Amino acid sequence: MSRLIEAVGLTKTFEKNTAVDHLTFEVAEGEILALLGPNGAGKTTTVRMLSSIIKPTEGYARIAGQDVVNDARAVRHLVGHLTEFPGLYLRMRALEYLDFFGELQHLPREVRHQRAKALMEQFGLGDARERRLGEYSKGMRQKMALVRAMLHEPRVLFLDEPTSAMDPLSAKQVRDAIADLRGKGHTIILCTHNLPEAELLADRIAVIRRGQLIALGTANDLKLKLLGEPTFELRLAQPFNQSWNSLNGHLHVEASGELFLRYRTSTPKTANPSILRRLHDAGAQVLSLSEMPRSLEEVYLKLVEEAAGLKSQVASNKNL
Amino acid sequence: MLTDAFIITRREIRDSLRDWRIVAPIIILTLVFPWIMNFSTRVAINFVEEYNATIIPLRLVPFAMMIVGFFPISFSLIIALETFVGEKERNSLEPLLGTPVTDTALYLGKLLSAMLLPLFASYLGVGSYLLGLFLTIQYVPEWIVFFQIVLLTTMESLVMVAGAVVVSSHTTSVRAANLLASFIIIPMAFLLQGESVLLFWGQYDVLWYIIAALFVADIILIRTGIRTFNREEILAREIDELNFGSTWRKLRGYFSGAAGKRFSLISLYTQELPRLLRENQAAIGVTVLTLLIGGGLGALFAAQHPLPAEAIPLFRFNADAFKQQFTLPGYDFLPNLDTRSIFSHNVRALLLSALLGVFSFGSLALILLAAPMGLVGFLAAQAAPLGLDPVTFLAAFILPHGIFELPAAILATAFALRLGASMIAPPAGMTAGENLLRAFAELVQVFVFIVLPLLLVAAWVEANVTPQIVLWIYGR
Repeated sequence: MSRLIEAVGLTKTFEKNTAVDHLTFEVAEGEILALLGPNGAGKTTTVRMLSSIIKPTEGYARIAGQDVVNDARAVRHLVGHLTEFPGLYLRMRALEYLDFFGELQHLPREVRHQRAKALMEQFGLGDARERRLGEYSKGMRQKMALVRAMLHEPRVLFLDEPTSAMDPLSAKQVRDAIADLRGKGHTIILCTHNLPEAELLADRIAVIRRGQLIALGTANDLKLKLLGEPTFELRLAQPFNQSWNSLNGHLHVEASGELFLRYRTSTPKTANPSILRRLHDAGAQVLSLSEMPRSLEEVYLKLVEEAAGLKSQVASNKNL
Repeated sequence: MLTDAFIITRREIRDSLRDWRIVAPIIILTLVFPWIMNFSTRVAINFVEEYNATIIPLRLVPFAMMIVGFFPISFSLIIALETFVGEKERNSLEPLLGTPVTDTALYLGKLLSAMLLPLFASYLGVGSYLLGLFLTIQYVPEWIVFFQIVLLTTMESLVMVAGAVVVSSHTTSVRAANLLASFIIIPMAFLLQGESVLLFWGQYDVLWYIIAALFVADIILIRTGIRTFNREEILAREIDELNFGSTWRKLRGYFSGAAGKRFSLISLYTQELPRLLRENQAAIGVTVLTLLIGGGLGALFAAQHPLPAEAIPLFRFNADAFKQQFTLPGYDFLPNLDTRSIFSHNVRALLLSALLGVFSFGSLALILLAAPMGLVGFLAAQAAPLGLDPVTFLAAFILPHGIFELPAAILATAFALRLGASMIAPPAGMTAGENLLRAFAELVQVFVFIVLPLLLVAAWVEANVTPQIVLWIYGR
């Protein structure tokens, strides 16, 4: 897949405060990258720089080969931006609102009308097309803002908390839409505090703290790196009479009983089938073998805490 | 670019038309207020005609026309603050900033939208006022005065809207913007009073100068607006609370120089002040040029309006007459001829000029310097027809203390000009507020450590040395 977003040494300084500090990453076409980080970590500033809304103080970024500073207008055609707050014009009617933004993206009248209607239907807003946006609920406003960002069919979408303030059904509609967009080859950067959502949707996760990239990789990579080898749990129908070590000598057994074994392995693809084969040969009846769930939240908290600890250690070393 | 600007204008105007808080007052000011004004004018005319004061109605109608036209455009300020900073406050600006619209198109679109509706209402108000007068007393205004009022109204509307953008760019809330709007309202109130005087006085020609001055102010404000209303500036500013601690720290930083070193009188005079003078050469140059133009205009005026010989009674001068001259009626504006009075008078004048400079982008500071220089040029040029050598005249009356006073006045005015102009175009990486603080700190430094000592010496010379020289040359 080709590289659609490229950021190299991206830095933004406001007066004396460095909001984004030498951020370097790439996002491939059709990929979803979740941008995680505490409040004030620099996620919004990063997205604003990538959307050509503000200019980097240092470094550069390209969207589909277009420089975010020198080709700013082209970049703003290429990207759709769901802002942190919906920021709608509440006295306007929904279709009129979308028509306004479509016109600013230079879409022909027919095209923008068709797309506006289709997208509103997709997000369950079809019946509210003629209503004023001031009459919309919080969730409807959020969906409307998403429709606005998608109206000109941008190749890249920056979504800042896309499902915040939504009820579970609406949130699912939006998540389905995001997955659908990825299926159609759109590239998405998802800024969110909703970690299960990030894990569900994102191909890769980037964690930033105080403007610096502290981790980047797939959810599994990050789990492996930060939480160690995955843990598996084996459950049997009857007690196993042999020694558990006889199954595989390279297992790191964490806990065991007559009917269960909990172990870690760095090579589950080879180790697990081998264990099952031996159990079968030994006549044991396997009830289940499953990986113990490890959430992205654990990874995230560990990362942020480690980074905070490192920072305070550096500060105390400096004081010495 | 214009297409995008018009798309934004159209949306904003539609939005304004849906807001009854804007529409209702505009309708009242467009239709009801002119009718009331019309009624009042007729009552006033009937009343003053009983006393054959026919000139009053002639002057009253243009004044009323101006008021009828101004009231609706006062709404342009409210709309402008709402459309620029209100959007920022409601977070609806960022989606707009994410579109391919250029900063200039965005600015123009919003500028037009804030102006057009009130301006249309203003023209309609003036039209309905005049129509009423025509239908009732068959009054038809002089077309040139009508044209001037329309132009004045348009220029004033543009000043208010463009000024509102500058104000908005320094705030993130409508409340803060409303408070800062006094920077627009106060000068506009002064302007309206001045225009009223001119209209009642019948000095319609002077209105052209006001129109021209407003046009220049429009250009300056639009330029400033385009520079400050951009994506970078708008989103970089997250809070606008007045932080006295931070302001004081910044001001102190500017006082102690970029390095933030401790105060030292030696380094101030050997490094800081020479650096400030070098960095402000352009402002000093403009001030000197204005001073020369003022003197030149005074001399030109002298050629057109020669004074009679007895107006400058130089050949009757003696020490008592010299001192008495300053106590005569009509010379009350001059200080007593002693060091303290002259010094405090000059300090007051230069401080007032700096203060007025803040509200006028520095222009009033320049004018206040040019005016006395015009007087000096006028008097010096009057000397020649009276058989006196203008150079000797200047050498006697001006040179002794002028050596100290003129540099002081030039420096104070140049730094006041810099202070007034600081809001227009802050350097990259600096907000207009920071630039204003820096310019203020520089003005204070130059004023305290150069201007005041020079003025003190000049005042002593003017009180003690200049009269002696004048008496030596011209006295009996």
